[in-house]
Amino acid sequence: MTETFPQTTFAPLKPDRPVGIIGYGAYVPQYRLPASEVARIWKGGRAATPIKEKAVAGLDEDVATMAIEAARNALKRAGIPADHLRAVWVGSESHPYAVKPTSTIVAEAIGAVPHIQAADWEFACKAGTEALVASMGLVGSGMARYAMAIGADTAQGRPGDELEFTAASGAAAYIVGPAEEALAVIEASFSYVTDTPDFWRRPEQKFPMHGQRFTGEPAYFKHITEAAQHLMKATGTTAQDFRYAVFHQPNTKFPQRVASLLGFTPEQIKPGLLSPIIGNTYAAAALIGLAATLDVAQPGDRILVTSFGSGAGSDAFIIRVTEAITQRRGVAPTTQAYIARRVEIDYGTYVRFRGKLAS
Amino acid sequence: MEIPRHWRLKQQRYALVGEVCPHCEEKIFPPRDVCPYCGNEAKTQFTFSGRGTVFSFTTLTEAPAGFEQAAPYTVALVKLEEGPVITAQLTDLGDRPVEIGMPVEMVTRKIRAEDEARGVILYGYKFRPVMETPK
Ligand SMILES: [Zn+2]
Repeated sequence: MTETFPQTTFAPLKPDRPVGIIGYGAYVPQYRLPASEVARIWKGGRAATPIKEKAVAGLDEDVATMAIEAARNALKRAGIPADHLRAVWVGSESHPYAVKPTSTIVAEAIGAVPHIQAADWEFACKAGTEALVASMGLVGSGMARYAMAIGADTAQGRPGDELEFTAASGAAAYIVGPAEEALAVIEASFSYVTDTPDFWRRPEQKFPMHGQRFTGEPAYFKHITEAAQHLMKATGTTAQDFRYAVFHQPNTKFPQRVASLLGFTPEQIKPGLLSPIIGNTYAAAALIGLAATLDVAQPGDRILVTSFGSGAGSDAFIIRVTEAITQRRGVAPTTQAYIARRVEIDYGTYVRFRGKLAS
Repeated sequence: MEIPRHWRLKQQRYALVGEVCPHCEEKIFPPRDVCPYCGNEAKTQFTFSGRGTVFSFTTLTEAPAGFEQAAPYTVALVKLEEGPVITAQLTDLGDRPVEIGMPVEMVTRKIRAEDEARGVILYGYKFRPVMETPK
């Protein structure tokens, strides 16, 4: 026992008891704001837009309601009663309350209360994947059989800010459990975290600030490539060992470029690259991309997933799909089914939905 | 302050938790502990599937106090597949016209906030047109 300490700095995270994804579920609201609408209002209609359109939550939706639907889909695929969960953790930067957890609302609505851990996680766009790492630990230690990690956001940009083209809404939920019950085994994880102020929001401010071009090289690209490269090196894998890869997607170009830097082809990121048609769903972005990838993956396929959260950090995961996926994924709507129920809105409706009218 | 009442009703509101009568097996919503069908005691919890059909509906353009932010919206009598008929708001209709007999499913949504910026947010069931599930 004692000779394993201290661990080397570069060892990947791997629980003693193998764990995996027992169930997963996505949610994307039906409203779409075309980027051309933002350009029409703020750029005289003449602007290169970073995506085609983004998903917008309706008037009666927020992080709690979207997380609840994603969680219900994950429970259906897991085929377990909700009260078997020992944790419900929700990662977001747009929790409905400043004080009062979203996780208790979600846990109550799905029927997981009262014998659970519940808490909200906050780390910009990687709050959901951080909760996933914690779930691996809770289940991998044997303290819990099942734990749920959710990433959800109703992201906001200041009117006219560049972020308004992309800041979108969505949620994804994952139930972690023993590897032998998993529809995808989590083989290992690795994180890379530094204090890099590329994007932030101070208390009681409605909209975030960002460091413009600082968000690229030292933040997004540096953290994702470090996390992914270390994980691949530590596990003796290369890009060719993966059928698919999913990266945090604040726009269309960043994930395409980081994939290419890491040696992945456009084919490998295709099913999980949703930002062009749903926008940047922040804490949900990499996790919805993974859900869409699991919707089409075959048993034996390996998937590399790497999130990025401003401030800053990345969590990377190596996931191997099992035979169980073919039996269980059909019992809940696919990510593409959510994306397909599209209702286009104009900028005026968007302003009303997102509460941007001063009263 | 209505917080205690909303708190007591949260399970039935969040997840359509009602009752099943142990004597005549009828499903009961909202829960009332006495079976309206046979008059016997009925306290066994039952979670409804959330599937149903539109029985009748009306669209409100002048919303009552507390619901102004949502107007216009459609309220329907929904016949649950387990039997009971309940009143609920329809959501996610988009441009779709509502029709009698339209299949709908339960979703948990924001009902209203007691005070738009500062109050407790109330969540509860609404119904939307059924989504396709692959198999
Ligand atoms: Zn009865």
